[in-house]
Amino acid sequence: MTMVIYGVALLAGCMLVGLIIGDVLGQLLGISANLGGVGIAMLLLIFVTGYLKDRGKLPEATESGINFWNAMYIPIVVAMAASQNVAAAFSGGMVAIVAGVLAVALGLALVPVLTGKKGDDAQPLDPPASAAMPPSRATTDRSSPRGY
Amino acid sequence: MNDSIVSLVDKYHLIAAFAVVGLTMYVAYWLSRHLTAGRLHGSAIAIIIGLVLAYVGGVSTGGSKGLSDVTLFSGLGLMGGGMLRDLAIIATAYGVRFQEIKKAGLRGVIALFLGVLVSFVAGAVVAVGFGYTDPVDITTIAAGAVTYIVGPVTGATLGASSEVIALSIAAGLVKSILTMIATPATARLIGLDNPRSAMIFGGLIGTTSGVAAGLAATDARLVPYGAMTATFYTGLGILLAPTVLFLAVRALF
Repeated sequence: MTMVIYGVALLAGCMLVGLIIGDVLGQLLGISANLGGVGIAMLLLIFVTGYLKDRGKLPEATESGINFWNAMYIPIVVAMAASQNVAAAFSGGMVAIVAGVLAVALGLALVPVLTGKKGDDAQPLDPPASAAMPPSRATTDRSSPRGY
Repeated sequence: MNDSIVSLVDKYHLIAAFAVVGLTMYVAYWLSRHLTAGRLHGSAIAIIIGLVLAYVGGVSTGGSKGLSDVTLFSGLGLMGGGMLRDLAIIATAYGVRFQEIKKAGLRGVIALFLGVLVSFVAGAVVAVGFGYTDPVDITTIAAGAVTYIVGPVTGATLGASSEVIALSIAAGLVKSILTMIATPATARLIGLDNPRSAMIFGGLIGTTSGVAAGLAATDARLVPYGAMTATFYTGLGILLAPTVLFLAVRALF
């Protein structure tokens, strides 16, 4: 018998263990904060589910218990955004805009630097199609592989 | 009649929050499809609506918790609070496999670390430039320049004020929206036409919804490659920002 709660419990267990480790790390470093507990929990979840999946011990119902919370992440972020002190932040809004723009500009500029010379694994997916790609959005059929 | 509805919604505030957010998502995805032809991702529009509602709620109540200060919408505070948020964020790591990141190779790993570091430093420099001096504030705004998830998680961990957390979300949101718009516009210029550069792009920019939407508008076949490294980016940011990077900021300021 498989149950959705097993997946939720697995997720919750990873979260608790991660938060405990993060808490201990914070205490060891003398900071009254949880140091990376959420990130540690993510790594734990990747390891544990990867291990279980490889052994075929992650039935669909269990998986759906994790996937539900995965799918709830944007809605929860929306609820989080709706309960922030935006009115007070508005006065300092330029900080957000300048920081965001700078981060994107630097990130985009670094893409060709890190990609380097085109090797065998860095060939365009489909040269003739991709060469004509950006302007021909209207004529290209992309209804199938959207995947959202 | 009105009073009984209000008290009912108040009593079941978390359920009401699910309904409100569900409706917001529906409206956002409808706007995304019909007004932007999918170029601006529905999730980004939903978050903008959330921030606008928080602004309206804050102005009308004078409180500090956005729309959740309005009694009818108090459930938003619980739904968007730290507990459920962290659970959902951890769940996003599900399906990521360590074998996959090996395909991005050393360049992908460098892109990940460099992406988090460059965004963080950019955000920190801007925060300092705007006169922020508290290490917690600087770190939170800088983490927001990493992504709008890393910002609030970092802020909550370090005990930042709600205004600064809102700023960090806004910075991450600007990044996400700009990524959606700038990616198809600059794709040819930066050689974004193959799996390798897509993975490096995802690792450098990181904001998952921005990368997914930006790549979808460029070439839908690139989406899984970019989204894969972008998933690691948020985890790495959450791991580094409140720890190593915060300690570095604290040592400097």
